[in-house]
Amino acid sequence: MINKKVANAEEAISDIKDGDTLMLGGFGLCGIPENCIAALVKKGIKNLTCISNNAGVDDFGIGLMLQQKQVKKMVSSYVGENAEFERQLLSGELDVELIPQGTLAFRCMAAGYGMPAIFTPAGIGTEVAIGKEIRNFNGKDYLLEKAFEANFAIVKAWKGDTAGNLIFKATSRNFNTVMAMAGKITIAEVEELVAPGELDPNQIHVPGVYIHRIFQGSDYEKRIEKKTVSK
Amino acid sequence: MLDKEAIAKRIAKEIQHNSYVNLGIGIPTLVANYIPKNIAVCFQSENGLLGMGPFPTEAEVDADLINAGKQTITMLPGAALFDSAMSFGMIHAQKIDLTILGAMEVSENGDIANWKIPGKMVKGMGGAMDLVASAKNIIVAMQHVNKDGESKLLPNCTLPLTGIRCVKKIVTELAVLAVLPKGGFKLLERAPGVSVETIKKATLGKLIIEGEIPEMVFD
Repeated sequence: MINKKVANAEEAISDIKDGDTLMLGGFGLCGIPENCIAALVKKGIKNLTCISNNAGVDDFGIGLMLQQKQVKKMVSSYVGENAEFERQLLSGELDVELIPQGTLAFRCMAAGYGMPAIFTPAGIGTEVAIGKEIRNFNGKDYLLEKAFEANFAIVKAWKGDTAGNLIFKATSRNFNTVMAMAGKITIAEVEELVAPGELDPNQIHVPGVYIHRIFQGSDYEKRIEKKTVSK
Repeated sequence: MLDKEAIAKRIAKEIQHNSYVNLGIGIPTLVANYIPKNIAVCFQSENGLLGMGPFPTEAEVDADLINAGKQTITMLPGAALFDSAMSFGMIHAQKIDLTILGAMEVSENGDIANWKIPGKMVKGMGGAMDLVASAKNIIVAMQHVNKDGESKLLPNCTLPLTGIRCVKKIVTELAVLAVLPKGGFKLLERAPGVSVETIKKATLGKLIIEGEIPEMVFD
């Protein structure tokens, strides 16, 4: 079986360089690649373009990279939980492209399916549509949105095998599957890495063909952004 | 005048039996607490879940299980998990019957603004632009006037738009209003003790008043 295993996050990200475009999976802090983010912060690469639904919080997730001013541009749908992000944006230090969440998902999906673009009604009549091609199908307007091109996609799964097959838990699947499929090089960190044959092929969410490097992460904090409990 | 809980309670009466519903952040989230017992409803959370349940107990808290507001939640029997592409796929394929969301402004032709205040608030649209572009039915839950006392029901939105000609109904602390296809806010119900005159003063857009306007009824 093809073996995609690498030792750790440092090895997995070793060839990511200044100016690269990265996709980072997760929704809020749920399902983010904690180990790779820590390694990127340690390595100190700069001028990155990050495609990720959110920008973490001030002291966790992509927020750690923002603190170190490693990010030149963010492509996200919602960044409301990060004060440092908002400060850098309003001061002009950080470039940001805010796009609808479905558009973000579909532009990843398109890349993973080999499609150059998709049509979506999201953003019609708003500033999101400015400068974009509009086509009318069956009486409704749609925006043409192009597939993302990212040097690297970095995702976090629950379980994986050394062949790169991935299984996700609960709502940590979010953008991780479509981003895993969309990277020119995709790095997967998993909570549990097993040998081929140990995962049920019926349960695989992303087949290993999309994955180039996989490793078992460690010390997952899995921080909860808004812990809400019922009495 | 209604408080937030009462706005949620009134909106809950709009939910049809056997429907799929997406709830936005804020007052819309509260609607789940007031669904009548005889109504079967399935809540979608656009980060990848159908069959969202109530908040977990301390013992049930799972960092991998959150809603689109990033709150910890539970799954009900029959729940299903999926990724963000499928989530917005089902939204754009109009499988979700009703979207309930908040707004900063709504115009009399149904335009909605709820994601950006230029130079001040930069949070992003999240899934709102997708939801308002495709939902079959959209109900807005919001305050009738903003903190400065200015109407949020306008002839035209002044803030950057989230979507156009999409809002069907609005429930505020003062009233229930339908947005008519030809334009205008048609007053359907008054909050208990609120006069038509008060609603007129708080509505800058075209307000349509026909006959006696009943007070809202709560069970």
